Amino acid sequence: MLDLTYEAPKPKVIAGAKHDWELVIGMEIHAQVASQSKLFSGASTQVGSEPNSNVAFVDAAMPGMLPVINEFCVAQAVRSGLGLKAAINLRSAFDRKNYFYPDLPQGYQISQLYHPIVGEGEVLVEMGPGIARKVRIERIHLEQDAGKSIHDMDPAMSFVDFNRTGVALMEIVSRPDIRGPEEAAAYVAKLRQILRYLGTCDGNMQNGNLRADVNVSICRPGQYEKYQATQDFSHLGTRCEIKNMNSLRFIQQAIEYEARRQIAIVEDGGKVDQETRLYDPDKGETRSMRSKEEAHDYRYFPCPDLLPLEIEQAWVDEIAASMPELPDAKKARFMGDFGLTDYDANVLTAEVANAAFFEEVAQGRDGKQAANWVINELFGRLNKEGLSIAETPVSSAQLGGVIDLIAKGEISGKMAKDLFEILWTEGGEPSEQAAKHGMKQVTDLGAIEAALDALMAANPDQVEKARANARLAGWFTGQVLKATGGKANPAVVGQMVNQKLGL
Amino acid sequence: MSIDIATAAKVAKLARIRVEEDQLPKLAEQLSGILGFMEQLNEVNVDGIEPMVSVTPMRLVRRKDAVTDGNIQAQVLKNAPDAREGFFAVPKVVE
Repeated sequence: MLDLTYEAPKPKVIAGAKHDWELVIGMEIHAQVASQSKLFSGASTQVGSEPNSNVAFVDAAMPGMLPVINEFCVAQAVRSGLGLKAAINLRSAFDRKNYFYPDLPQGYQISQLYHPIVGEGEVLVEMGPGIARKVRIERIHLEQDAGKSIHDMDPAMSFVDFNRTGVALMEIVSRPDIRGPEEAAAYVAKLRQILRYLGTCDGNMQNGNLRADVNVSICRPGQYEKYQATQDFSHLGTRCEIKNMNSLRFIQQAIEYEARRQIAIVEDGGKVDQETRLYDPDKGETRSMRSKEEAHDYRYFPCPDLLPLEIEQAWVDEIAASMPELPDAKKARFMGDFGLTDYDANVLTAEVANAAFFEEVAQGRDGKQAANWVINELFGRLNKEGLSIAETPVSSAQLGGVIDLIAKGEISGKMAKDLFEILWTEGGEPSEQAAKHGMKQVTDLGAIEAALDALMAANPDQVEKARANARLAGWFTGQVLKATGGKANPAVVGQMVNQKLGL
Repeated sequence: MSIDIATAAKVAKLARIRVEEDQLPKLAEQLSGILGFMEQLNEVNVDGIEPMVSVTPMRLVRRKDAVTDGNIQAQVLKNAPDAREGFFAVPKVVE
């Protein structure tokens, strides 16, 4: 495997009215476990169901109901932890986080405050060729999602749906190692990519299956290094938490706005209050969520309904043995084995299905050429049509066939693009379609020779001129190509012209 | 540990239990009494003893990931003071 070493990116610097400022960002990502049923009940996790139909009495918090843990969800948390090179805790435990809200029927969320299932790990977030931020993961814990309130169906009432209540979430907590809005978005994108590779979360941000709480603070240049040296938070500014972001673009905008808001307060001689804020994308600003403030006394205590979660090392090893190749390793392999550029390797490994398609095309062929065809022709066309790789009308075998015809010199690059178009619309076997549409280059040397002989016989003066001045030989090549309707291979014709003229 | 009136008021608010102002001193005293009784446990030396979470040597029971429950909308909503179109209807709460 190619050894990739990275340099850390420069932190983003924002010029205030008085000084320069840097940002310090930590994130809590809530990733919904891709399970069929909920964390503690057998109700479905299906999106788009009738309101309150995916609800068991456990989820509705009916008296006397007891939670029973979904083993698959535990396995997915372990798998995600292994994917983030994290320590797996063989003994973890569940706690109750108490607060009142209409979408939380229990009056508490079952979470893992004191003993999370996954400990410290790390994620490498690339910001350009050879540049990457290593973001430390503090922990991953399992917890229940809340329900959903709808506020716009009635002027005086909120409508509550518990379908989402009790769905398993993995909360992935980072250290404050992220140093700018772009890095923050790239971190979320990288986590999403890893979870999708692992299959533990579908990463659908639009549906809220992956969402982020973003902690932002500002500090003067130099302060962050003091924090890193001592892990003492007093070197950093007071942080604000922006809740529930489910768009990479909004995450960047919210951080940018929040940093400038804090800078203005501090430069004005004020103090930033530690609080929870919401981003309003329409106004492009964050505002305080005052109602959450007084509820912040969560009075955590161990959940008496659940014994500690004890798992065996052998089970963890079994999960570890079934891990797929992850994005960093795949990218390094593509660069090493196929000679791809950093950019191409990134594009091809963004989604595991794309990478698999590319590998099928590249198998036994020129890797760079395969990458060009997959990225420029296929992905370009899929994007234009709004199709995913799973819906591609041109299979990897067909695209490979096109590349084989080019490699054998049977069709030109230009013809190959036409052939791709035919395969896209009509389907079929590449060499048969090429033959059917009269695309094959004339590689029959006899036919080329006959055309050239006839040409030379008809133009003895041109033969003389070309023999005297080699540069004029191109005229014969051009005429032969014309005579064969552009189907002769120019290199082959050129070679024969030189030979016949004795050049 | 004793519970003062302010703490009693805060606990009541967090638990969403309405307590009249004149009831708070009595409530604070009773809560203090309960905690004081429990504090006797602090007299026991538990150095080096692992906390016990269950009286039976049981492993946490796990279930397979399968849909075995749900589709009982009418029963789930049955006790709701107000329900409309399959939703619980509650006084407006909006951020």
